[in-house]
Amino acid sequence: METIELAIQVLDSGLRLTALLLFACLAGLFSERSGIFDIGLEGKLLGAAFAAGAGAAVTGSAWLGLLCGIGVSVVLSLMHGLASITFRGNQIISGVAINFLAAGMAILFGQAWFGRGGNTPSVTGAAKFNDISLPLVDTLNNVPVIGMLYRELISGHTILVYIAFAFVPLTWFILFRTRFGLRLRAVGECPEAVDTAGISVIWLRYRAVIICGILCGFGGAYLSISQNSFFVRDMSAGKGFVALAALIFARWMPFNALVSCLLFGILEASAIAFQGITIPGIGEIPVQFIQALPYILTVILLAGFVGKAVPPKAGGVPYVKER
Amino acid sequence: MKLKHLLFATIASVTMATAAMAADIKPAMIYDMGGKFDKSFNEAAYRGAEMFKKKSGINYRDFEIQSEAQREQVLRRFARKGFSPIAVTGFSYAKAIETVAGEFPDTKFAIVDMVVDKPNVQSIVFKEHEGSYLVGILAIMASKTGKIGFVGGMGIPLIEKFACGYKQGARSVKADAVVFKNMTGNTGAAWNDPVKGGELTKSQIARGADVIFQAAGSTGLGVLQAAADAGKLGIGVDSNQNHLHPGKVLTSMIKRVDAAIYKVFEDARTGNWKSGVSVLGLKEGGVGWALDENNKSLITDAMKKAVDAASAKIISGELKVHDFMTDSKCPE
Repeated sequence: METIELAIQVLDSGLRLTALLLFACLAGLFSERSGIFDIGLEGKLLGAAFAAGAGAAVTGSAWLGLLCGIGVSVVLSLMHGLASITFRGNQIISGVAINFLAAGMAILFGQAWFGRGGNTPSVTGAAKFNDISLPLVDTLNNVPVIGMLYRELISGHTILVYIAFAFVPLTWFILFRTRFGLRLRAVGECPEAVDTAGISVIWLRYRAVIICGILCGFGGAYLSISQNSFFVRDMSAGKGFVALAALIFARWMPFNALVSCLLFGILEASAIAFQGITIPGIGEIPVQFIQALPYILTVILLAGFVGKAVPPKAGGVPYVKER
Repeated sequence: MKLKHLLFATIASVTMATAAMAADIKPAMIYDMGGKFDKSFNEAAYRGAEMFKKKSGINYRDFEIQSEAQREQVLRRFARKGFSPIAVTGFSYAKAIETVAGEFPDTKFAIVDMVVDKPNVQSIVFKEHEGSYLVGILAIMASKTGKIGFVGGMGIPLIEKFACGYKQGARSVKADAVVFKNMTGNTGAAWNDPVKGGELTKSQIARGADVIFQAAGSTGLGVLQAAADAGKLGIGVDSNQNHLHPGKVLTSMIKRVDAAIYKVFEDARTGNWKSGVSVLGLKEGGVGWALDENNKSLITDAMKKAVDAASAKIISGELKVHDFMTDSKCPE
């Protein structure tokens, strides 16, 4: 019984950690599928987290905070777009610049507005996304197994967690079942063909990075006003880069992205839960090993098990109409 | 005549020089990775420096480092610019101070939380185990489950010292008290990861803990948040953090870094600054626990009595709290 409880606890924590990766990973998916590599996910998460934290603290509304987060993230995306689509600059350099810019600007504005060294004030109540209890929890409570799973695992997250998971089928639908999605994928593989068909490559790619910005906005808001209630310096702690690894691991496919994000999320959750636990026969596992496990597995998985990850063919290459 | 002149001039210049030295110190304050406004350790140092500025009217320079490489750079830059005394917070500065203090033997340095053996360095360390012992008593008395938690920043001896004192305090009240202990990470980033702090807290709460003590810089803010969200109690550290979640923070283990920093600057100003090691414990008023209007309702009379009794025993020397750093072990 204790093992089951521990397992549920790990999965529950894993879902919370997955949601953030999922937002960032799907954001990257839209951008990279259109041929724009985006190493600036981390910066956009951070910028959005700050804007959401600041917005929620000032307005007292979590939803307005979310809007602020999305707004800032989209602006950062458009800067990336301007540099790499319109001016055909190097996408990696532009992305790195976004990361630095967001990290620095957040602290600068934070200090100027709140005078707390870049932190935003802690928010409570309606200014924060709180855990919601799903309907039927009490009805199902008495059903064995399912009742417990439903209560502990499915119910009791913030609305943003559900939104994150809902974005997976939505992304799949947009990419593989709509005309826009077909063109978006085409522009990442062979922009010439799209251009020949009389569709604007530039505008399509801009739309892709805007969607990327919106999703990162959700991710940032989740970080600062759902998982936490404030913004602190560098709080994204490299999650944008982990999401990028998850994206490669998922071979740029939405449902694979769900699986890889879940893998990373649950690994991190187990690293937290299994600290200081003793395994019979081996003894206590060093904390450092558990903490390194997600990264070790990343290397192993990326090196051997997923086969060749082939990025969109036109990824990273600015489109030039006439040669 | 000539001699008289010279003598006069010498006397005048000497008096002027001493007057100038007394008034014209150029103090500098350098914070650790957690940042100046971590509501905790570094913020306490900031308050001490501000207090000095207000009382003496002497301005000070400060700096927040962003990466490990900056430690030595900023120390050297400040020393070269003639700042003295230069105070730093955090054990991580030990190596950098040792190097730079050797290069600038006339500059006064002060380091909090670590001992550096140099003739121009003042080392200030606290008996965190004594303060932690007291909050351990409060924690277990407030706990309904008999299980309490500790979330640390890094698994380093200094933080183990907190954890060990805390456990001893809890066990002194309830011999079979369960104390969960988790560390956030292995790098400087572990002091700045509130998400992970929150998840560690939730994990401890799921295992039954209902009072959680943290010593983890900004990460600790996530711990207090998670405990408050779950309707459990957190315990603040270094600064008084009771006000962060009124009624949800049982108490705070206070470390008077502010008083220590103030004293460093003030001693330098009055010319009483001395190198060497200062150890500040309960007896010296260097550590303690916080009681204010935010947690008044959480502390019962029995709890207050127990803590005061233990506190008196520690001060008189009757009770010795084991210091993890002496032998890297914590008694069960």
